[in-house]
Amino acid sequence: MSVARSWRTRRQRYSLVGERCEYCQNAIFPPRDVCPHCAEPAQKEYTMSGRGTVYSYTTVYDPPAGFEAYAPYPVALVKLDEGPMVTAQLTDVGADDVRIGMPVEMVTRKLSEQGDEGIIQYSYKFRPRWEQQAVAA
Amino acid sequence: MSSNNGSALMKPLRDVGIVGYGAYVPRYRLPAREVARVWSGRDAELPIKEKAVAGLDEDTATMSIEAARNALARAGIDPKRIRAVWVGSESHPYAVKPTSTIVAEALDIVPLTQAADWEFACKAGTEAMQAAIAFVGSGMADYALSIGMDTAQGRPGDALEYTAAAGGAAILLGPAEESLARIEASLSYVTDTPDFWRRAHAHYPSHGQRFTGEPAYFHHVTSAAEMMLEGMQRDPADYRYVVLHQPNTKFPQRAAKQLGFRKEQFETGLLVPVIGNTYAGSSLIGLTAVLDEAQPGDRVLVVSFGSGAGSDAFSLEITDAIVDARRRALTTRDYIARRVEIDYATYARFRGKMLMK
Ligand SMILES: [Zn+2]
Repeated sequence: MSVARSWRTRRQRYSLVGERCEYCQNAIFPPRDVCPHCAEPAQKEYTMSGRGTVYSYTTVYDPPAGFEAYAPYPVALVKLDEGPMVTAQLTDVGADDVRIGMPVEMVTRKLSEQGDEGIIQYSYKFRPRWEQQAVAA
Repeated sequence: MSSNNGSALMKPLRDVGIVGYGAYVPRYRLPAREVARVWSGRDAELPIKEKAVAGLDEDTATMSIEAARNALARAGIDPKRIRAVWVGSESHPYAVKPTSTIVAEALDIVPLTQAADWEFACKAGTEAMQAAIAFVGSGMADYALSIGMDTAQGRPGDALEYTAAAGGAAILLGPAEESLARIEASLSYVTDTPDFWRRAHAHYPSHGQRFTGEPAYFHHVTSAAEMMLEGMQRDPADYRYVVLHQPNTKFPQRAAKQLGFRKEQFETGLLVPVIGNTYAGSSLIGLTAVLDEAQPGDRVLVVSFGSGAGSDAFSLEITDAIVDARRRALTTRDYIARRVEIDYATYARFRGKMLMK
């Protein structure tokens, strides 16, 4: 991701800032010019709750540049409680412990680093919802 | 209102209190016996049980964001009313580019806010808190956010490697009448003492062995605490809780006892045995553990310590608002209970420990 694109999308990446359509009331993420549900143009800013469930997932063994240190890592299609579907890394969970339907919550984490001298990208990821997390005795 | 009159105690023009607080501890734990296994190969005397280690995708910015989200959940205020985001740390992700703007953006506090990173070894967080008290107390702001957070590192094999840990807390200051804990007074006590340092391009800190105990930690912590007690005309028994900076298990216990505090007063906020020394987060996260349990009317004394060297002291009185506020976010003990043990090899990978100097 370029520094310029990273900067333009920072609010959606840091805290799931999307929109809610003023005509059909559907939540929209990521934000866009026209509502994907009813094609009306003007949208109202809306921050997602960050809660959702795993709709499907896969494990990345051969990651793109900048993500090597994390491999293997799970990537999921998360259905937000508000409706939109987002693709995101899962964190604080082993690849073997992910399952479909797992309740998850958004956290803001480091996504990638452009080498030692470049910018650090931060973004939403999802972790198992707190009450589901492993708590050792 | 009243002027300071040369007193050691600092009090703002308008009364200030803590309106929200939140902790963060990452989920990984490195047992001290595992460090001993790799480096000494024998049963050394261990300074703590285990320390918290940040995951690969965590740093001072991401941990500050989660702690601050907890603080805001407890305060229940519009983030746009916060006029300062001040992050104290010695592990800011960038050498040049503030951690505080990342945190302010993620919490939707931008753009009408002060944002700055603070540095003073382990007391950078309480330094930011002193400033936040002044910012609210002067009337320049209604709310100011101070954070102490670190992902501390020790040189492989160094004594600090047992304890240098990740975690910290966010403390949101606001008007005393809305607060869950009123700031009664604060003070700062500093001298030029060469106990611990890290030069600009060095990866790991160095320490002056004979300076770390008596002339540094004990002198500053006990002086600040004694001057606070004297200024407030109180005895240790007037405080239900005391929280001191905790670089290891022994130092804060010895200092607290030396000052006349009993175990029941310091054990609630003594987290170092189970999370390690979270540097700029250390005394503030101890305070959050106390706020999770304290009752209205209880008094709390907090004394930080930062190498170089100095201490900040705060005298607090818990209000009725604590009872509802603490339920609105995860407690510090919730984070401590979430625990995944790792071995030294995993730790080395997480922390990128290939560098020996
Ligand atoms: Zn629509």
